[in-house]
Amino acid sequence: MTAPRHEHVAVAVVGGGPAGLAAAAALAPHVDGEVRVLDREAETGGIPRHSDHTGYGLRDLHRLLTGPAYARRLTDRALAAGAVLRTCATVTGWTPDGHLEVTAPAGRSTLAAGAVVLATGARERPRPARMITGDRPAGVLTTGQLQNLVHLHHRRDVGARAVVVGAELVSWSAVLTLREAGCRTALLVSAHAVPEAAAPVRLAARLGLRTPVATRTRLVAVEGRDRVEAVVLEHLGTGARRRVACDTVVLTGDWVPDHELARLGGLDLDPVSRGPVVDTALRTSRPGVFAVGNLLHPVDTADVAALDGRHVAAAVRRHLAAPVPAAAGVRLVPQAPLRWVAPQLLRAGDPAPPRGRLLLRCDETVTAPVVEVVQDGLVVARRRLPWAAAPGRVFRVPSALLSDVRRDGGDVTLRLAPR
Amino acid sequence: MSRSSATDPAGAPYDVAVVGAGLVGAAIARALAGAHLRVALVEGRADVGDGTSKANTAILHTGFDAKPGTLESRLVARGYTLLSQYARDTGIPVEPTGATLVAWTDEELATLPSSADKASRNGYDACELVDAEEVYRTMPALGPGALGGLTVPGESITCTWTTNLALATDAVRRGADLLRRHEVTGVRPGLDGTTTLDTTAGEVRARWVVNAAGLGADVLDRRFGHDRFRVVPRRGELLVYDKLARPLAPRIVLPVPSKVGKGVLVSPTIYGNVMLGPTAQDLDDRTATGTSEDGFAFLLEKGARIMPALLDEEVTASYAGLRAAVHVDGALFEDYLVDVDAAQRYVLVGGIRSTGLTACLALAEHVTGLLAAAGPGSTGLDLAPRPDLPAAVAMPNLGEAFGRPFADVDAIDRDPEYGRVVCFCERVTAGEIRDALASTVPPADLDGLRRRTRAMNGRCQGFYCGAEVGARLEQGIVDRSGPA
Repeated sequence: MTAPRHEHVAVAVVGGGPAGLAAAAALAPHVDGEVRVLDREAETGGIPRHSDHTGYGLRDLHRLLTGPAYARRLTDRALAAGAVLRTCATVTGWTPDGHLEVTAPAGRSTLAAGAVVLATGARERPRPARMITGDRPAGVLTTGQLQNLVHLHHRRDVGARAVVVGAELVSWSAVLTLREAGCRTALLVSAHAVPEAAAPVRLAARLGLRTPVATRTRLVAVEGRDRVEAVVLEHLGTGARRRVACDTVVLTGDWVPDHELARLGGLDLDPVSRGPVVDTALRTSRPGVFAVGNLLHPVDTADVAALDGRHVAAAVRRHLAAPVPAAAGVRLVPQAPLRWVAPQLLRAGDPAPPRGRLLLRCDETVTAPVVEVVQDGLVVARRRLPWAAAPGRVFRVPSALLSDVRRDGGDVTLRLAPR
Repeated sequence: MSRSSATDPAGAPYDVAVVGAGLVGAAIARALAGAHLRVALVEGRADVGDGTSKANTAILHTGFDAKPGTLESRLVARGYTLLSQYARDTGIPVEPTGATLVAWTDEELATLPSSADKASRNGYDACELVDAEEVYRTMPALGPGALGGLTVPGESITCTWTTNLALATDAVRRGADLLRRHEVTGVRPGLDGTTTLDTTAGEVRARWVVNAAGLGADVLDRRFGHDRFRVVPRRGELLVYDKLARPLAPRIVLPVPSKVGKGVLVSPTIYGNVMLGPTAQDLDDRTATGTSEDGFAFLLEKGARIMPALLDEEVTASYAGLRAAVHVDGALFEDYLVDVDAAQRYVLVGGIRSTGLTACLALAEHVTGLLAAAGPGSTGLDLAPRPDLPAAVAMPNLGEAFGRPFADVDAIDRDPEYGRVVCFCERVTAGEIRDALASTVPPADLDGLRRRTRAMNGRCQGFYCGAEVGARLEQGIVDRSGPA
């Protein structure tokens, strides 16, 4: 078999969503050589391409755009900055030399890069990973598939009556998409006692979406052979079960990072978030490989992902100028109900994390939480935050709380003070 | 498939109608179509291999653990040789991973020598008793507590979908008519030495009928006036774990057969995943292919013992298959049921359990052998092989360990569509989807396309590619049926 074509670029960015495009736009003007974005889809822009509602661009572009407009805007900015965007280009793995293996209609190639930025994003857990029982009828899909169907393939035949699993931001986005396709949402199902997203509920009410939410409820089984006929729901408190007729089930949220390349590349992974372990400069455990966006924190909003991309540029440029081994660091360790944190490593001399924020997940709703930072048995910082920690969304903690952490000390525990 | 193809224009009957286009039926139709015979392969469902054949464990068995002396024992051993050769001829992927029976209790450990002895009595002499250290050396991810094992080096993993499709494609290329969506609803013996099958898509008349109807074999058998066995569907639920888990399971981990408790296996799959299962639950409902909470709980409990690290991985797929276990006089019949009735011109091939994948070509050989032995004078069938057979089909490779188009520099340079990845998780290209839609036995629906290409079988289950794959399938079906 013929050997693949070999190419070399200064920076390879894997994934052309908000994080990857923003990284490319920030790097291209300052890097000697090509900054190439590889995106496996036919168009760059990532998930916002098919999220046809407003709410994008506030933190990075300081304006409100729809998802598709935001995706186009980020694409235009990367191109204007001089980045090369390759679409239909799938990175399938690494060569033993650490080069990327790329498949595209133009051919199979290997790509050597001075630095690699992984921006592969996250996806929603599909039905099998959620262990939902029953037969395998048509009509069970994730928000990603739904929005692809409706907004990119212009399908209007998704169904007539849906049950949506999840009550976070993306869940309401799914309800809007269903409505556009003429499908009524009979019920949202949330495992939590209060719906995860408060603001979208108010927004939904304003939009006239009077969709009931079943809280503390899980989806046990799907009924139907060729097409969904009903779902079986269970109340987590009482164990009571009921059957809700529907022809469509949308599984939303429950994000898992698309970490295949990170894992195949041997990068250290966070055992809980399953994204690569990074420091506040967004270096991974492998020199010259960086990671940004929702691959690290599944998932925060698109603009936060884009700001990761902007943030990583400085460390990538330093690496290209003179690769130096990273200093030893201390590990951040979240304590329940905090589930994971990103970044996970603090090193002497590194910048603050993107936006000066640590991103965490919390398994319980805690209003006005008091965050404590503990190192070597001592509480080195403690602060009450005015915003709540809640499941189903990212909990942001100012990194200023870490200013007194000794970079040569022991692991740092992040926890919520008892009420 | 149009309705008119079910009947010959001249009204001439088929020589043989094979009912059921699973592995066994497709293999028999292929064999018969290798002689100067007009063959119909009659399938009730929309696709070949859509019943019990699609949801087995896809292991190419040596037959080491069959019941010695049975027809099954003989045909599995013969089928292993035949299918291995057929796989080489057609490109069906086979990975010779080998298997180990792992003993977790003293009682299980004590039975290993008798398993080795049984293997010898089945004509398989390559088994080897190994100690716990050797078990862990070959499978470091096994949970603690393994006491020893018995290796079965010949056990291999393969692709049941490709096998079934290759057999059906060969049958069609040899001239057999594949009649899909023709569910048999009635059987009428004629006075002219033919049998007319009433189906949901019209009549099919044939001089001989072969019953390879799998889960429906007893129902069809009764339509011929018999009452000799009952199919008791045995449901097997399976969990398929993410490809990233594959290094955990370099070989097949088999349970030690025991009278108490059911054993499940952990096996790599030919697609590069790891499989945990199956459960074994006898049912009355022949359509109960749903998974269950009890089934999942059972598998997770077993999995936690056999390979705890596996449970940290994502589940990519879960499904349930039905095995056609056969009861005779109320008791499980532990063998294949093959019977030729020359008076009725009717052949029964029943009770083919999960070993049917391995044995299918041997079953076809056995059936044609029985018919040939009866002689053309009695059967009216000339089974002498045709000299002008087309070459065996070349199947697209679905095996993860072998070359696939996305990584084939030359294929992409010749045809850029092999470089256009549509299903990212499984790396299925637009070229492969196009080829499947234009193939001799094209898919009728999404599941059919999945079985031919692996599209949408991966970890995202359509999050990224579901809409695109669906659109390409619909377009392919429109293109094939032409302008309305």
